[in-house]
Amino acid sequence: MSTLSRDEVAHVAMLARIQLTDAELDHLAGQLDQIVEFVAGVGEIAADDIPPMSHPLPLTNVTRPDEVRPSLTADQALANAPASELQRFEVPRILDED
Amino acid sequence: MTDITRLTAAEIADRLAAQEISSVEATQAHLDRIAAVDGDVHAFLHVDAEGALAAAREADERRARGDHVGALTGVPIAVKDVVATQGQPTTAGSRMLEGWVPPYDATLVTRLRAAGMPILGKTNMDEFAMGSSTEHSAYGPSHNPWDLERTPGGSGGGSSAAVAAFEAPLAIGTDTGGSIRQPAAVTGTVGAKPTYGGVSRYGLIALASSLDQAGPCTRSVLDAALLHEVIGGHDPMDSTSIEAPVPPVVEAARRADVTGMRIGIVKEISGEGFQPGVQRRFEESVQLLVDRGAEVVEVSCPTFSQGLAAYYLILPSEASSNLAKFDAMRYGLRVGPQGVESPSAEQVMAASRDAGFGDEVKRRIILGTYALSSGYYDAYYGQAQKVRTLIARDFAAAFEKADVLVSPTAPTTAFRLGEKIDDPMAMYLNDIATIPANLAGVPGLSLPSGVADEDGLPTGFQVLAPATQDHLMYGVGAALEAALLEKWGGPVLAKAPELTAKETVR
Amino acid sequence: MSVTTADAVLPYDEALATYDPVMGLEVHVELGTATKMFCGCSTTFGADPNTQTCPVCLGLPGALPVVNATAVESAVRIGLALNCQIAQWCRFARKNYFYPDMPKNFQTSQYDEPIAFEGYLDVDLDDGSTFRVEIERAHMEEDTGKSLHVGGSTGRIHGAEYSLVDYNRAGIPLIEIVTKPILGAGERAPEVARAYVSALRDLLKALDVSDVKMEQGSMRCDANVSLKPRGAEKLGTRTETKNVNSLRSVERAVRYEICRHAAVLNGGGSILQETRHWHEDTGATTSGRPKSDADDYRYFPEPDLVPVAPAHELVERLRGTLPEPPAERRKRLQAAWGYSDLEMRDVMNAGAVGIIEETVAAGASPAAARKWWTGELARRANAEGKSVSDFNVTPAYVAELDGLVGSGRLNDSMARQVLDGVIAGEGSPTAVADARGLELVQDDGALEAAVDQVIAANPDVAQKVRDGKVQAVGALIGQVMKAMKGQADAGKARELLLQRLT
Repeated sequence: MSTLSRDEVAHVAMLARIQLTDAELDHLAGQLDQIVEFVAGVGEIAADDIPPMSHPLPLTNVTRPDEVRPSLTADQALANAPASELQRFEVPRILDED
Repeated sequence: MTDITRLTAAEIADRLAAQEISSVEATQAHLDRIAAVDGDVHAFLHVDAEGALAAAREADERRARGDHVGALTGVPIAVKDVVATQGQPTTAGSRMLEGWVPPYDATLVTRLRAAGMPILGKTNMDEFAMGSSTEHSAYGPSHNPWDLERTPGGSGGGSSAAVAAFEAPLAIGTDTGGSIRQPAAVTGTVGAKPTYGGVSRYGLIALASSLDQAGPCTRSVLDAALLHEVIGGHDPMDSTSIEAPVPPVVEAARRADVTGMRIGIVKEISGEGFQPGVQRRFEESVQLLVDRGAEVVEVSCPTFSQGLAAYYLILPSEASSNLAKFDAMRYGLRVGPQGVESPSAEQVMAASRDAGFGDEVKRRIILGTYALSSGYYDAYYGQAQKVRTLIARDFAAAFEKADVLVSPTAPTTAFRLGEKIDDPMAMYLNDIATIPANLAGVPGLSLPSGVADEDGLPTGFQVLAPATQDHLMYGVGAALEAALLEKWGGPVLAKAPELTAKETVR
Repeated sequence: MSVTTADAVLPYDEALATYDPVMGLEVHVELGTATKMFCGCSTTFGADPNTQTCPVCLGLPGALPVVNATAVESAVRIGLALNCQIAQWCRFARKNYFYPDMPKNFQTSQYDEPIAFEGYLDVDLDDGSTFRVEIERAHMEEDTGKSLHVGGSTGRIHGAEYSLVDYNRAGIPLIEIVTKPILGAGERAPEVARAYVSALRDLLKALDVSDVKMEQGSMRCDANVSLKPRGAEKLGTRTETKNVNSLRSVERAVRYEICRHAAVLNGGGSILQETRHWHEDTGATTSGRPKSDADDYRYFPEPDLVPVAPAHELVERLRGTLPEPPAERRKRLQAAWGYSDLEMRDVMNAGAVGIIEETVAAGASPAAARKWWTGELARRANAEGKSVSDFNVTPAYVAELDGLVGSGRLNDSMARQVLDGVIAGEGSPTAVADARGLELVQDDGALEAAVDQVIAANPDVAQKVRDGKVQAVGALIGQVMKAMKGQADAGKARELLLQRLT
């Protein structure tokens, strides 16, 4: 039984902003289905009352003082930009307001 | 005169201190070696001869002036291409970052520079550290110096191959699920993953933030400890950095004493499923530790069997978010979709990410996006984090019975290039023994245990210690190393075939 | 696309006759910290583009966040001031979505573990009554960059050819304050919305955690509105009107959405769950983005940060730093000063509560302090297009001036001349009065002589006063003051004139 359909892969890929070609979809969908089936194995272990662990170490309250540190120069910030204008990053037209 | 490239870092350091050789000589010797053999090995993505020699001259001047120098001042090093280096390209093995030159140094690079260690160049890796063979590098795989048809492991195969091929005495690796230790095992070198938080992650291009850890790749346990001491310690730029001094790793490596130590064999990550030659060398190594005064206990960590599944949920989930920043807006590859006039930002992002990422990266981003998406979070990511708790508890229980845990590092010796490239599940199974340490955040070290009888390829021995007790694994590793050197009469790499130097056009 | 024909709206009274409005208000406040939420870049407003960025807030590969300690303290203080509980342990989470002004393509925010939750804010309405707005949560997050849209006709997002992004604002600390659904406001819903945002602004200003300038975007309001048939239990579908950036707009936007929803519902239609954009010029909202898959934000705990666990001692220390709640303070001062409701409202609208308090403390009477600050000084500031704080007039100077009038040394007109000198930088009121020789003539003989002289010179007017037209004395007072070159007490002149003529 398939746990992850080709359509679902296409949908998730768009959520992840990756425009897969049809050939890629064919190729990846089968592999991903196999992988999802494997990782779904985590569900076999009873862990209802187990707290989740998101940090390997139990640290809390790591902060820094509110003191200004040097920024990059605008030239440094923009050095790797694919395009820039007026000391700003030039990006293609934005479809929707956030 | 001895060939400088055959010396360990500690030996080079001794000769530098005695002023028998200069850092410029040591650096040039390695640059020459790179020029001679890297055409075959392809350990490096970028070589910075000029920068390395300038740093070497500076190190020599420091020494000549009588300025304070560290244990490794003047010893050259290679750095995995996932670590940000100001002024040197940093690509993480991805087409996405081709030509990206960071405007800043990773904290560990700042520390290498402060220690006066010339940086030879940047080493090859699986794209964004996803893989176990370097075959997922966008710039072509690295080759195992033991057999050029085989992989040097991954993701840090470039660093392990560079060290194994004597192109560098030291290298920096990063380990998210075994990317330092597994390459070390299959190339006959040493690799250490410190306790999570032991070495700053600031400037490491993140794969999975809660698992990533940088560490040393070397040819001896002492060298690994020396390098660990240079790069380790608290960094206020990394919120997950441990605010405590580096454990006494160098002292432990020098003492190399296992008298009275309890060595725990983890039932679930040895024996069945491991290549016979790998298992045999492992058992012999355990016996050598017993001969040196250690006590052996068997421990069980039943949830380790779920570790791989949990890992392949947690890693892709975090990676899917960490890699979202590669969107063609501020840096990196930007391409437009085919046949679309005046594409939107959204379309350019999606087309660039399709063009810039390789298959394995796409697989994991999609898997992670899926695992975090609404309706699946609890069953996948949430459940994986609970399994992680159980694995940490298994470790805690095991460390009640044993001071360190041991296992073979990888189930097999180096596999052939192309053998698993399109079978992701088979590739993932390589990490079975290394992953639990990343999930729990405990330190792990791999050192050579010999060569497998059936294929003559190196095998790895893994030592795991409790969190922040990194010195224990160095002590055990150094003791085993000493016993093996005594038994063999020389390092395992002496058994590797000579690489033929050739003129290469790079 | 937002360029559509105008939506139908129902008159407000008709809408309210059928439906109960329900609101939810989300206010984003930029904290006034020196540095950003997760890095040491400066937050100064108006800097050159992309000069206040670093690897962290530009989202460069490898960079890592570290939490600003002052931002956490500000968040706790805001939570306490909103009568919230403070989490003993909470985390940051990543909100994942792609947008060019967001460098990492996730916003580091808080999800199911906000730092403050379950509070309320009592809000004064125009009729003097109080409305309690329940607060669901206040959480910490970071701001995005700012886009400039190029090409097209209007500089707006639609029709633009490309955009230019400045990341100076990216990473500035934000506190998002979210109300619970506001029920039962009825026809006063728009007023409640405005009053809530206004009260919140006063509170944040009193806490000194933000400059709360809605016009600069350091305080922004999103207004959720839905309607349910009167008496019904079930809530209707809501729309979220984004970035309503003045108090007046908050009220107007809520009112507009109520009328628009009512028209849709009355027409048998249903409300689409979407974001709406408020247009100040047309006084209407237009359709934005519908709720969609893109709203699958894939929240998960931020693995690059560790939990925030404010210690009990810290919370109590911060509680000790809270100012008196603005509403309570207002009531206390009104009673102490004896102002009428109208006077107090004028003082509040003029933003003069604090300065009057200082002036009274410096010795002025509450009435005089109010008169000077909201009268003479406000009038001068208005005339010059300035604010009273632009004058070098301190509360102590006003109190001193009031003292000079009270002691009889100056009359009102002389006091105004002294004020001219103070504003001109000639020194304290006493110094100005001395330098300009301004002093009421205390010699009754001179005044009496002037009075007699004026009566003699104006027999007709004097006769009118003798005949009982007392108001005609004003003209004579003016003459006396003129003769005295202004340096006389007008009250005394009047007294003497009336003594002689009645």
